[in-house]
Amino acid sequence: MLKSKTFLKKTRAGGVMKIVREHYLRDDIGCGASGCAVCDGAHEGPVLELQPLDRASSLCPQPHYLLPDTNVLLHQIDVLEDPAIRNVIVLQTVLQEVRNRSAPVYKRIRDMTNNQEKHFYTFTNEHHRETYVEQLQGENSNDRNDRAIRVAAKWYNEHLKNMSAENRLQVIFITNDRKNKEKAIEEGIPAFTCEEYIKSLTANPELIDRLACLSEEGNEIESGKTIFSEHLPLSKLQQGIKSGTYLQGTFRASRENYLEATVWVHSDDEDNKEILLQGLKNLNRAIHEDIVAVELLPKHQWVAPSSVVLQDEGQNEDDIEKEEERECILKTAVNEKMLKPTGRVVGIIKRNWRPYCGMLSKSDIKESRRHLFTPADKRIPRIRIETRQASTLEGRRIIVAVDGWPRNSRYPNGHFVKNLGEVGDKETETEVLLLEHDVPHQAFSQAVLSFLPKMPWSITEKDMKNREDLRHLCVCSVDPPGCTDIDDALHCRELENGNLEVGVHIADVSHFIRPGNALDQESARRGTTVYLCEKRIDMVPELLSSNLCSLRSNVDRLAFSCIWEMTHNAEILKTRFTKSVINSKASLTYAEAQMRIDSAAMNDNITTSLRGLNKLAKILKKKKKKKK
Amino acid sequence: MAGLELLSDQGYRVDGRRAGELRKIQARMGVFAQADGSAYIEQGNTKALAVVYGPHEIRGSRARALPDRALVNCQYSSATFSTGERKRRPHGDRKSCEMGLQLRQTFEAAILTQLHPRSQIDIYVQVLQADGGTYAACVNAATLAVLDAGIPMRDFVCACSAGFVDGTALADLSHVEEAAGGPQLALALLPASGQIALLEMDARLHEDHLEQVLEAAARASRDVHTVLDRVVRQHVQEASVLLGD
Repeated sequence: MLKSKTFLKKTRAGGVMKIVREHYLRDDIGCGASGCAVCDGAHEGPVLELQPLDRASSLCPQPHYLLPDTNVLLHQIDVLEDPAIRNVIVLQTVLQEVRNRSAPVYKRIRDMTNNQEKHFYTFTNEHHRETYVEQLQGENSNDRNDRAIRVAAKWYNEHLKNMSAENRLQVIFITNDRKNKEKAIEEGIPAFTCEEYIKSLTANPELIDRLACLSEEGNEIESGKTIFSEHLPLSKLQQGIKSGTYLQGTFRASRENYLEATVWVHSDDEDNKEILLQGLKNLNRAIHEDIVAVELLPKHQWVAPSSVVLQDEGQNEDDIEKEEERECILKTAVNEKMLKPTGRVVGIIKRNWRPYCGMLSKSDIKESRRHLFTPADKRIPRIRIETRQASTLEGRRIIVAVDGWPRNSRYPNGHFVKNLGEVGDKETETEVLLLEHDVPHQAFSQAVLSFLPKMPWSITEKDMKNREDLRHLCVCSVDPPGCTDIDDALHCRELENGNLEVGVHIADVSHFIRPGNALDQESARRGTTVYLCEKRIDMVPELLSSNLCSLRSNVDRLAFSCIWEMTHNAEILKTRFTKSVINSKASLTYAEAQMRIDSAAMNDNITTSLRGLNKLAKILKKKKKKKK
Repeated sequence: MAGLELLSDQGYRVDGRRAGELRKIQARMGVFAQADGSAYIEQGNTKALAVVYGPHEIRGSRARALPDRALVNCQYSSATFSTGERKRRPHGDRKSCEMGLQLRQTFEAAILTQLHPRSQIDIYVQVLQADGGTYAACVNAATLAVLDAGIPMRDFVCACSAGFVDGTALADLSHVEEAAGGPQLALALLPASGQIALLEMDARLHEDHLEQVLEAAARASRDVHTVLDRVVRQHVQEASVLLGD
């Protein structure tokens, strides 16, 4: 069946364009449930489990699937990622909305969908004949999407009823929107808010902590008075930036002083202006690395960067007067020359929040569930979280994600994501370091490992073609003691014509890692092997880095060689490059190599080779020095 | 705001088709009584009208006449209202000339010109609404019009466009998919023999993928042939009913 979608769109030049698109409706889209006989012929294989039993919910005792709406997916992504939540139906409508609103959340959902264990099914409801919904006259697109989601939930319940009488599978609609929930219940769809549902999972109480608190719930500490001025809407900010009233830049908090920050203004001409911000009200809820719009203050209000180191120590979070006292410390009388352009934040253009590592500082009130979390990075403000596990979490490193910062709250609100371990414990602190510096250190995924060659691996006839066989050469390598990833080897020998043949051989990694596959992409993402004190985070899985690509002694290895013919005076006569197969005769340490060179008694091939290389190296170094 | 996702993870395109599926095709022959042959085709939202005059005396300079074959003359025109924004020049601009030339090449290969020496066959194609795949629609419309005019051809000429997104070849591109900027090619095929009348690509495509895209276009052209064949048979049946056979 063919439908037509017509809508008006604003072009970049400011004109209006009418867009007409076709919209085909199909009847071969499957529901994704394992036991469904009707949808057997569908393109997508069944994904949802037959008996989703392991979620014992007090609200819904029968086996059931979940159907979240857009806001739940966007804000409660941490809860959904928990391994206890499985068998979720993600509608195409919801997925498209998430894609347009938040790219990182969209990526996380796609990763979860690709993960077989999670049993997430994407249902293409916009193109299914029975769940397609047309926009009514006077209905805005949000309402239309909500209606589409409800229609799909209803269809699912009807469809699964037909599946089998004893199974009685249900589809639960999860939404935080009160109106949507009421309408759904009116239409006969079982619907709960995310909080109600998670709280009902009696077998998994720790999920409650991972719920993000949203400001509509009215749960925060309200000091009653609004502390911060309102952020201007994006359109006003854009106007202001165009007209020059406001400046756009990156907000960089000061590490020493929590009441001070600078904004680096983006500009086309070379001088990047830096605007100073001082005082909580002027910082106006911007967090390090956000893109903000600032307004310059008049010149008589300009200040100098303070030389005082101030940390946010206060336990009593609502004492604004104390903050203002501290701010006065900053404003000491200074020289006119030291004054810098000062401003205040009028609006946030883009938030760049990420999950932060740090520690929990328990609240003084014993029964309280709200606590302040202090991030490891001093530039991030403390975050208020709600958790019942405060006693277990005290003295441990945890990860917290920020949800929002309302106008009447001294601190931003967030929720607990993960418990890393004891403070001071080597593993935990290493984990914190790696997370804060954005070093990818998870284990290699199955997809990546699938591209590794199968063991036992040996060089085949096909590999030998196009490669020079240099296994007879006396090749050796010199590396620090304990090194397993040997990436280069050398040799040097005398030729019949009196010249020297010198060769440098590097591991042929490109034979094992083909361009573009998952292994290649993951290695490119890591970029380098990170060496920590007690462990090493490989760029490339160990099988390759320490074994097949490592030029160990006495095994045949694939390599890429550069071979020079030189005089004894280190002048290069000929150069050639070739793919090769080598067999290193010795993997030496620095000490061993030096010993061999010095010992007069040793005169075997390896030692003569090392002495030759040493001699040439010295000559080349002298030449370099002379050039300088 | 992210751009439109051309191919979803489940294998559905923007309008709900799968990678190798064609848009809805509706065609009619014999729309104009005064021309020798005419046809109207709708491929999705792309609407093309073709009119054929001939074979007749060479118009203009007699010297152009070929002694052993007929001369095929094609003209392409797209209406000013055919795209989202109103176009200024319906005739004589670069794209129209190039299209006319391509159509001529296509039909010189298919029409049995040997049977009509020293004469001229005119094919005029007008695009009323352009929503991707205009060349293909023009060729398909012109095939039907030539058949309607009774001019003998080697075989149907069926055309389809194809593109390449995310490692998958898409057949019959709509305007959204063409505007996305990926590689796209147009193929005109004689289905029975599998011979290619015209293959045109104006983008960069890795040679490893060419086979896959070409295969998709060929398969889609054959599907178009099935539809056009049905249209012709239906038209002949209607005509014979009117004649009171």
